[in-house]
Amino acid sequence: MTFALVILILFLPLLASAGILMFARNHPAASAKLSIGAVVISFLASVALFRSGLSAENLPAELAVRWLNVGDLDIAFGFRLDLLTLLMLVVVTGVASAIHLYSWGYLRGDRSIPRYFACLSFFMFSMLGIIMSNNFAQMFVFWELVGLSSYLLIGFWFERPSAADAAKKAFLTNRVGDFGFLMGILLLWSQLGSVHFGQIQTKLAENPQALGTLTTVVALLVFCGAVGKSAQFPLHVWLPDAMEGPTPVSALIHAATMVAAGVFMLCRVFFLLALPAQWPAWMGGLSWSALDVIAWVGGITALLAALMATQQNDIKRILAYSTLSQLGYMVMAVGLGGPSPAMYHLATHAFFKALLFLGAGSVIVALHHEQDIWNMGALAGRMKVTFWTFLLATLALCGVPPFSGFFSKDEILALAFTQNKPLFFLGLFVAFLTTFYMFRLVMVAFLGPAKKPSASHARESEPVMILPLIALGLPTVLAGFWGIDAVFGRGFHGSTEHAGTWWQQMIFPFHHAPVPALASLGAFAIGLASAWRLYRQAKTDPLSTALGAGSRLLQHRFYLDELYERGIALTQDALAGIADFTDRWIIAGLLVRGIHGTVELTGRILRLFQTGNVQTYAFWVLMGVSALLWWVLR
Amino acid sequence: MSDLLFYLLAGLAVVSGFLVVLNPLSRSPVTSAMFLVATMVCLAGLFLLLHAYFLAAVQILIYAGAVMVLFLFVIMMLDLKEEQRQRFSRWRVPLAVGAALFFLAGLAGPLGRAKALSAATGTAVEGHTAPLGQLLLSTYVLPFEVVSAILLVAMVGVVLLSKKESK
Amino acid sequence: MMPVGLAHYLVVSAVLFTLGLIGVLARRNLLLVYMSLELMLNAANLALAAFSRFNDQLDGQIMVFFIITVAAAEVAVGLALIVALCRQRRITRLDELTYLKL
Repeated sequence: MTFALVILILFLPLLASAGILMFARNHPAASAKLSIGAVVISFLASVALFRSGLSAENLPAELAVRWLNVGDLDIAFGFRLDLLTLLMLVVVTGVASAIHLYSWGYLRGDRSIPRYFACLSFFMFSMLGIIMSNNFAQMFVFWELVGLSSYLLIGFWFERPSAADAAKKAFLTNRVGDFGFLMGILLLWSQLGSVHFGQIQTKLAENPQALGTLTTVVALLVFCGAVGKSAQFPLHVWLPDAMEGPTPVSALIHAATMVAAGVFMLCRVFFLLALPAQWPAWMGGLSWSALDVIAWVGGITALLAALMATQQNDIKRILAYSTLSQLGYMVMAVGLGGPSPAMYHLATHAFFKALLFLGAGSVIVALHHEQDIWNMGALAGRMKVTFWTFLLATLALCGVPPFSGFFSKDEILALAFTQNKPLFFLGLFVAFLTTFYMFRLVMVAFLGPAKKPSASHARESEPVMILPLIALGLPTVLAGFWGIDAVFGRGFHGSTEHAGTWWQQMIFPFHHAPVPALASLGAFAIGLASAWRLYRQAKTDPLSTALGAGSRLLQHRFYLDELYERGIALTQDALAGIADFTDRWIIAGLLVRGIHGTVELTGRILRLFQTGNVQTYAFWVLMGVSALLWWVLR
Repeated sequence: MSDLLFYLLAGLAVVSGFLVVLNPLSRSPVTSAMFLVATMVCLAGLFLLLHAYFLAAVQILIYAGAVMVLFLFVIMMLDLKEEQRQRFSRWRVPLAVGAALFFLAGLAGPLGRAKALSAATGTAVEGHTAPLGQLLLSTYVLPFEVVSAILLVAMVGVVLLSKKESK
Repeated sequence: MMPVGLAHYLVVSAVLFTLGLIGVLARRNLLLVYMSLELMLNAANLALAAFSRFNDQLDGQIMVFFIITVAAAEVAVGLALIVALCRQRRITRLDELTYLKL
């Protein structure tokens, strides 16, 4: 029964995608129904599975089919069901259902709706594949498929060159991360002989030294995959450009699910990352463990992204950087040794970030595809549902109790406070910045005066777009009380601390770790106040004129893209130069013309013997015979 | 006595041979041919000293008698000009002499080592016609026949070669 | 003076052969070259006869017999060739005979 559901969940979206491509190429409505139907059924099945799994004691459960059997390598196509999987399934399919429905409204009138839904369903298939895989090889396959889906969806409006370029950029940047990931997988296989999560976990539990000096290197290589997929520094450059895709795509893939896959993977293989630090001999005695590196990468990402967000003017870009920043939080949490808070934040973030994106989409459509916030204004009165859901989500993002974001963010800050004070202060500063730029957005787009006439003619969006907003609003508010992290806690640490009434649950963080909780509230307050003062009535951005060059630096994303481009161009030219030299001088010159020259020279020398004169020939014959004679008779 | 004869004949042969190749007095090929005849006659004498009677006769009859006559016929028929002075390649003669001496030096090795060669002048074998004929027609009958064929072929070839082009 | 032995004959043969060799390599007149060639053959004959004598065998003499015969045939053919060549192309010197040059 359980596994029938599992197979249903995974393959229904694939069937929908195939069905659309085969039968519904020119029927937008039919394709939408197929796609939405598939994902909603998957969601219901996931919920059923979750409820049954929550009480059972037979987790983790596995179902495997023999797939590849080469020598020592035995890769199965299998599913692994544990608490982590079950919860991710519910979150992913839930958010996806809302977004699928919303897309129908957002893309109304577009020419290629069937293609959109086919790609979207295919993406669902790939993402669910990642969640349910039980071994590295299979996960990598689905990992790449997700990358492909992302490429297809970012470049959905491929007639626009910027969209095509953005899709390419996303794919290539992901590829770089995936390369490291693959190296890690191969090293794991070569050292431990298996790619199966359970087997690797067992082997490492028995013998923590099994990987020897490669321990940390392997962990970091695997982390590379997350760096690419979850857009951590330095591979974060693709995520802002990915906003070229339709807004529902941004919501689903680049906020809630795909980018979270990196964090999910880190939690999945946490046992690998948590091994003590061991570096190869030639790298010296570094004391940093894998988790240290991971934590700082996450922290740096969070900080950089938050800084860059404060000076962006495109509503989707602001949200994109916000996503980057929150992903940094999640990765930082993993690095601090807390996969449970990381997953908690992932789940809550999925809800409110998707909500934020959908709300932004609603605004964009209402203003006829206007995305610059300085052309908006006074939308709060005209688009009530959009505004209130957006505000709720913003509050959740900024970590205001009693919204879900508060609990998850607080757990992370509490962890940082006890583990790594510098990262705690960094996290706190990022929280301040988060509040600042989000309320900048809210003030300018919704609350301030209308900056352009089009803004004053906006109307609320249609129901098919409003309903998902409301649907996502509920978990945004309430997820904190569901004690999601209790589920995770059981999965990771076996603790069931957060029992009790909702009031008790809300107070708990203050009880448990008062300093971080209060500090984060303080950061919120300061951020709100600053944003209020600067942007309440602003018609242009006062901060950009104040910061001047600094503002430009942030707007141009610290010029990282230019740096990468220059670096790649240099490397390419160098390699091309070497290849040219080799081809021209060594292969063509030395080898080809060398051989030619030698042969010709030899020929010319031998030709000198051919005089045609009989006596000359007689002479040489004599020389030969004399030589022979000398040799024989000596 | 025979030693003296040997030295005489050998000396004459060598001198004549030298004069065939390099004649300071006359550059005519006829002179060289004559000296070649003289060499062959001396050689016939040496054959006699070696008790190769039949061979000596054959040498005179065929070599000196027929072959050299043929040579003289052709020389005179062609009426070649006297050889002119060397105009080019001063290296030619020294090189040739050097090569030949190099060859000779190669031969000298074994010659020098073979001291015990002045052994008995055996009396067992005499090169009369009868024993030669017997050997020829028993052990060497195949080469004998082949040589006959060669002679036939040579004759035919010569006739063919000297035909004038038929217009 | 030691008694005349094989070595003496061989020395004579060698000297004659060398003289013939020089003639073949150095002279430019066709016929003179040919005559030098005959000189070389004669030298070989002498050597063979000497060996035959000093090994108490007649085989050497048989060989000489054959050599003389074949040499005669060869001279005939060779001279015919020379005659034909000189008639057609007016060649007198060996240097000019370079038709086989590649």
